[in-house]
Amino acid sequence: MEIDPFIFRLSIFILSIFVGYYVVWSVTPSLHTPLMSVTNAISSVIIVGAIIAALADTSQTIFNSSSLFGFLAITLAAVNIFGGFLVTHRMLQMYKKKKKDKK
Amino acid sequence: MISANVSAFFYLISGMLFILALRGLSSPDTSRQGNLLGMIGMTIAIIITFLSIGNFSTALIYVLIFLLIGGGIGAFIAFRIPMTAMPELVAGFHSLVGLAAVFVAIAAFLNPSSFNLGVVGNIKLASLIEMSIGASVGAITFSGSIIAFLKLRGIMSGSPIIFSGQHLLNLFLGLSVFILVFYLCKTQSSNIFWTVILISFLVGVLLIIPIGGADMPVVISMLNSYSGWAAAGIGFTLENTALIITGALVGSSGAILSYIMCKAMNRSFFSVILGGFGADSTSTKSDDKKDRKPVKNGNAEDAAFLMKNASSVIIVPGYGMAVAQAQHALREMVDKLKKIDIKVSYAIHPVAGRMPGHMNVLLAEANVPYDEVFELEDINNDFANADVAFVIGANDVTNPVAKTDPKSPIFGMPVLDVEKCKSVLFVKRSLSPGYAGIDNELFYKDNTLMLFADAKKMTEDIVKNLE
Repeated sequence: MEIDPFIFRLSIFILSIFVGYYVVWSVTPSLHTPLMSVTNAISSVIIVGAIIAALADTSQTIFNSSSLFGFLAITLAAVNIFGGFLVTHRMLQMYKKKKKDKK
Repeated sequence: MISANVSAFFYLISGMLFILALRGLSSPDTSRQGNLLGMIGMTIAIIITFLSIGNFSTALIYVLIFLLIGGGIGAFIAFRIPMTAMPELVAGFHSLVGLAAVFVAIAAFLNPSSFNLGVVGNIKLASLIEMSIGASVGAITFSGSIIAFLKLRGIMSGSPIIFSGQHLLNLFLGLSVFILVFYLCKTQSSNIFWTVILISFLVGVLLIIPIGGADMPVVISMLNSYSGWAAAGIGFTLENTALIITGALVGSSGAILSYIMCKAMNRSFFSVILGGFGADSTSTKSDDKKDRKPVKNGNAEDAAFLMKNASSVIIVPGYGMAVAQAQHALREMVDKLKKIDIKVSYAIHPVAGRMPGHMNVLLAEANVPYDEVFELEDINNDFANADVAFVIGANDVTNPVAKTDPKSPIFGMPVLDVEKCKSVLFVKRSLSPGYAGIDNELFYKDNTLMLFADAKKMTEDIVKNLE
């Protein structure tokens, strides 16, 4: 009997939760704020869904009810991607500067 | 146009890069590389999506324009935001992820065929359930984060909003979402879909308003977790591996942070969710105050004298330091002390600040080397050997009552053993109790010197007196 692909996705999901559990426990407490901002940035990979929605069915019009939500979601996710990664970068740079000072 | 198998493979790669991005955060040295891997993972995911759709019409130009508009706003915010405002920023970003999840779910519902989910009015059952979960959790994340943002920003009062029947109402709304999703699967009616989203928005608001300001670190972590589960729900709908992996990572990350924060405050997760902390306990200790010994009042000169003659000083910063923007003056003071061979270290309580790790970032911004900054369990034994504890803008996290009085609302909370120091300097504006609303008996000890002033001004004065 064939296994439903859903089961495979569920397996990936469950295993990723375990990976996440162990990886996050190994994050040093002093970097918990960057951890939150970077998880925020990567969860915006939801933009792939937004792009699919925006580019679907554009044979007649670019903006239809469905693609409009796609475009809105692209904008929101993009704010998050750029904002999240850059603010994380900015914070992590501060952890570096001090090291140089010390030496 | 590339095949679905090839793109699935690349999505897996971006998922792996996201795992490595988090892994990099295990030490400050590898963290920047990790962040870079995260950016690469995101870039791969976006490019692969373009290639797999293979639609290079004018619509693509619009996609890029919207991408750049959003990206420009994001970059602008990222460079301008002061570090003290990080909690609000993260809460705001969570709300955007939540809303984006809602929008993607709506787009998929309105045009299921472009996502291979069936046709309007006959969407595959599993997909319908998955997109409802994604939309509902996304909506809760959105409205909950907005409330958290308003509370952190001070636009909305941090005190809990409680009314009778609140939990019953939440339970009722939660159940009605389940029932509506069930009917949505049977009828495929778009009205039910909209209702589910609307109720979820309401649930998000109701869930966060009863939670008090002191519990905000938990709330932010919790919403972080929710945004992950919302992304995972959408990931299942879109059958996208990158999104499923990321959702699981973010979901568990937020859950772990919530757990750490709850433990640091000795509060159970459910009591935080049910809310009301910070409002009820204000009156309990106010009568005791009268029979207390008077406090010893000092000035910057005394403080400078004490520290100059110490051989080791431990600094205990709290959110009050951040509010007063005293971290740079503090660093200056520490430099002066180090010059005369005094050992200085920083002790950070897990809930110092408004979000996990917030105080570390603020100190990092003031160029404090991260190897001088210690977590509670690493430094607590050192207080007994230190000469001076310099408490600046912290209060509840030093209160010995958490160890001695089982009746105290913070009993059992891990605290910094500041009282074991030979002398304690307390920079504080007044004797008013902290967030938990309890008096700190440390104020009245013989070896405590209270420095009543604005944290920044006092630190600057001490710097002058150290010369």
